[in-house]
Amino acid sequence: MGNFARYIPHTPEDIRRMLETIGVKRVEDLFETIPTKYRLSKSMNLPESLGEPDLLRHLQELQPPLCASFLGGGAYHHFIPAVVPYLISRSEFYTAYTPYQPEISQGTLQSIFEYQTLMCQLTGMEVSNGSLYDGASSLAEAVLMAFRITKRKKILLSQAIHPEYRKVIETYIDPDQQEIILIPYRKGDGRTDEKALSDLLDESVNAVVIQSPNFFGVIENLQGIGKEVHQVGGMMIVGFNEAIAYGILAPPGEFEADIVAGEGQSLGIPLSLGGPYLGIFTTRNKHVRTMPGRLVGETVDLEGKRGFVLTLATREQHIRREKATSNICTNEGLCALMATIYLSCLGREGLREVAMMNLSKAEYAKKAISKLKGCRQTFSGSTFNEFVLEIDGDPEKVLGEMKKEKIIGGLPLAKFYPELNRHLLVTVTEMNSKEEIDRWAKVLEKCLERA
Amino acid sequence: MKFPEDLLYSESHEWLKVGDSTLRDEGGRATIGLTDYAQSQLKDIVYVELPEIGSEFKKGESMGMVESVKTVADVFSPITGKVVETNHTLKDSPQFVNEDPYGKGWIIKMEIKDKGELKELLSFRAYQDFVPKEEE
Amino acid sequence: MKKRDTGLIQDEPLIFEQGGEGRKGYSLPRWDIEEAEAKNLIPSHLLREDLEGFPQLSEIDVVRHFTRLSQWNYGVDSGFYPLGSCTMKYNPKVNEEIARMSGFANLHPYTPEDLAQGAFRLMYELGDFLAEITGMDDVSLQPAAGAHGELTGIRMVKACLQARGDGRKKVLVPDTAHGTNCSTSTIASYQMVEIKSNENGVISPEKVAEQMDEEVAAIMVTNPNTLGLFEEHLAEIAEIVHRKGGFVYCDGANLNALMGIVKLGDLGVDVIHINLHKTFSTPHGGGGPGAGPVAVKKELAPYLPVPVIEKDRGVYRLNDVRPHSIGKMRAFYGNFGVILKAYAYILSMGSEGLKRASEMAVLNANYLMKRLKDDYHLPYDRPCMHECVFTDRFQEKYHVSTLDIAKRLIDYGYHPPTIYFPLVVKAALMMEPTETESKESLDGFIETMITIAKEAEEDPDLLRQAPQRVKVRRLDEVLAARKPKLKWNPEDR
Repeated sequence: MGNFARYIPHTPEDIRRMLETIGVKRVEDLFETIPTKYRLSKSMNLPESLGEPDLLRHLQELQPPLCASFLGGGAYHHFIPAVVPYLISRSEFYTAYTPYQPEISQGTLQSIFEYQTLMCQLTGMEVSNGSLYDGASSLAEAVLMAFRITKRKKILLSQAIHPEYRKVIETYIDPDQQEIILIPYRKGDGRTDEKALSDLLDESVNAVVIQSPNFFGVIENLQGIGKEVHQVGGMMIVGFNEAIAYGILAPPGEFEADIVAGEGQSLGIPLSLGGPYLGIFTTRNKHVRTMPGRLVGETVDLEGKRGFVLTLATREQHIRREKATSNICTNEGLCALMATIYLSCLGREGLREVAMMNLSKAEYAKKAISKLKGCRQTFSGSTFNEFVLEIDGDPEKVLGEMKKEKIIGGLPLAKFYPELNRHLLVTVTEMNSKEEIDRWAKVLEKCLERA
Repeated sequence: MKFPEDLLYSESHEWLKVGDSTLRDEGGRATIGLTDYAQSQLKDIVYVELPEIGSEFKKGESMGMVESVKTVADVFSPITGKVVETNHTLKDSPQFVNEDPYGKGWIIKMEIKDKGELKELLSFRAYQDFVPKEEE
Repeated sequence: MKKRDTGLIQDEPLIFEQGGEGRKGYSLPRWDIEEAEAKNLIPSHLLREDLEGFPQLSEIDVVRHFTRLSQWNYGVDSGFYPLGSCTMKYNPKVNEEIARMSGFANLHPYTPEDLAQGAFRLMYELGDFLAEITGMDDVSLQPAAGAHGELTGIRMVKACLQARGDGRKKVLVPDTAHGTNCSTSTIASYQMVEIKSNENGVISPEKVAEQMDEEVAAIMVTNPNTLGLFEEHLAEIAEIVHRKGGFVYCDGANLNALMGIVKLGDLGVDVIHINLHKTFSTPHGGGGPGAGPVAVKKELAPYLPVPVIEKDRGVYRLNDVRPHSIGKMRAFYGNFGVILKAYAYILSMGSEGLKRASEMAVLNANYLMKRLKDDYHLPYDRPCMHECVFTDRFQEKYHVSTLDIAKRLIDYGYHPPTIYFPLVVKAALMMEPTETESKESLDGFIETMITIAKEAEEDPDLLRQAPQRVKVRRLDEVLAARKPKLKWNPEDR
């Protein structure tokens, strides 16, 4: 037998005895219900099986090279403490299934309860689910949930929301039932245009969706929006890409948000080319029965001991079937656990400190290039750890030069915002050292001088 | 299993009592709930979703939902009518539907639109025959 | 701290109920730049005062807490996990090592394509592998789970029909379908029409023909179905559906029975989703992350979500200029960390290994079925595929239910099979052993099940009081649903 034998324990003797018990002569006889004309006569066209050493060598060769990075835009390079991968590698966590049998899943269930609590604390809201797929689909689910509640047609979507998130929302909605109207951003401060928003608010509005910090890294002024939206009977949905920002920013829950839905990747989850990530979803208690996703609740057992169970499952696909609040089954359980462990390590002081370090590093980067001729910060609004830089020249050329120095200098915005075709989104986190930022600024200076 | 004689029944396991004991006008209203059989099938009820006061339903339309831990069941309107009252106590005590389905566990009061429809409902005997026998 | 008296089972409080003011469990890069003044940069009403309730723990507090929590769990590595239609097969450890390789773990999704070729190459190759295994033409790795893949697939069918100017309203779903199939149809704004399976437990062409008309967009089948039976009439059914312009969607959750044996694409399937966390050994994670790639026939390829990975003269690139695409189902490209593991698994198994896996999965299930049918009622006494379904009918007379049997298994150290699903069988016990269980492992389970059947007859209280050997017993789910308590509050202190 090939290299795969280590994953399939059957010996020829085992097989013989089992066939005998079953009462058939050969293994093929077990497939007699499959019409012969469809049974494959030749083997599948797949590469020959590799043993572990060759497999590792192959994958090692495929590994991309490591560079200093100033990339953000919905995925962030943050420090992951060693305890996070260590603890989630415990096989009782990662080889377990969904906790349908609570007596033997108290580990998973209690950790989800802790996760739900932390997400409420982080976003300032009243109830959280056990996770959705990612920030984008989470925000889309928020829009669908608002529709279930208000049954209204119009969605006012800020143009400063992550473009991929907006595309996911467009994909998720039923265009016969819902209509998206974009609220522009202001060219000066990079915030959503509040006046344009107010002008569009009326009783046909289902929800206003705004992201803070927004895709440009600018911190939105959420105050007052909630009140206005509620006056017309709509819902306020706030999204976010960078969860660490809420280490220092006032959470959307303080601004009357009805649903807060965003990305939790920053909380101890590796970049991993865009997934698996963590869709955070929180709302108010009064909406709990229309919420999508798993919920863990506290209860007691026969002897009065505290325990945890999946609850309010009647919202979900396996019971409500065609009337479910969502079709989600498998979610991002292990990623939610990573976030829980990460936040347990960092705690109250740590989350605040890492947020401050991000803010400070970004400010340092801004100062480093403030004196350079040929580039300028585009938006005047306050930012967290990302900002938009306008370049006099072709951003792709500049990035090309930086790549030679093993620096990925930023994210060109032209493909997302055609009007920002000379602009880069620059992200600085606690993982960019002063030396790296200085090097980045120096290379940028050289490129601009050459242009 | 209880089958009170003064009630009418639907094949979807709702009961209907003509009249409203809180009013002097007896004929125009009906009180509606789920039968003892229905609650025994659903087991422990955890939540009752009630319709808005003033909403109108045709006979056979779903008016609301009753949830247990593992199932959800519609409450179908046995007649065509308008909702005039709902049982708020079920919000904190959904178990009344289990404990006292014909009394404290009443769900909805409606204004009857078409008295003729009452003839189409089952008598307690007909409903008793309709209900599957307990496998004991 | 409260005195511990629960032996090694450990009574571990919540993270919020331990630690203390000023306790630290983290470290950060050193402050090599000046700390900014937040209030000089951000308006004060947009700053938060505090992270109230957040824990303050040392590293050892965190490690002990989660280590203890893990000890109350049961995973595939703990023992047999016969959940039907979940394919709880062994998760190879080398795949975990690969996912942690820093070149992959630290790869930002917006890394310029020329610096990420290895990653895009392996995604492209996995797409090819999955297309080959299922007999389809094109694949998207974007969906994050099976249900997500289902929604993607049905949306693509809808888009294709709309492009033809064909606004169909209905989807046919067998009564054996998984709940996600039903909720997916509704979310895609289709009306679900149920097709009843016949007395052999499969759907018959006649029943489908009765319901198939020009208003039906698709039929959603699972093959093998949730009874563990091969839908033997699928090819004929596909023809009936195609003739009236509809599509055949296949829920690929049970693919573990068919690899190298039959290609679902050959049976007329137009679109199928695949659960990498089932068939392709990536871990379940206690509820994810998974991945639900969707594979389609050429006709539906233009509707795939963007971006699509293309190969042009040896260079891999992302293409999101696809005018007919349904759009995006999530940000970025897919659960790459999961995709990596499935890729490594397929390379470890090869075509011979995958076929062997399916053969042994089916062998194991039939062995279980044969050895348990004297003690447990088998509603469909026919050869099964990779899973089989029993009921509690033989035990009813002792007033013992499927639930009691499941809970008693826990006392014997087993995770119970799936219970009360599929709905077409009353009080179902659905078991999927997978190919990674040895004969001894199965024999141990079989002996236990036979013992439990005897206990049901001779001492049924043992079952009704089960489980006994656990941390908490028969949790009050009614209370949890009536008075939901979904987070810890500082007032609880």
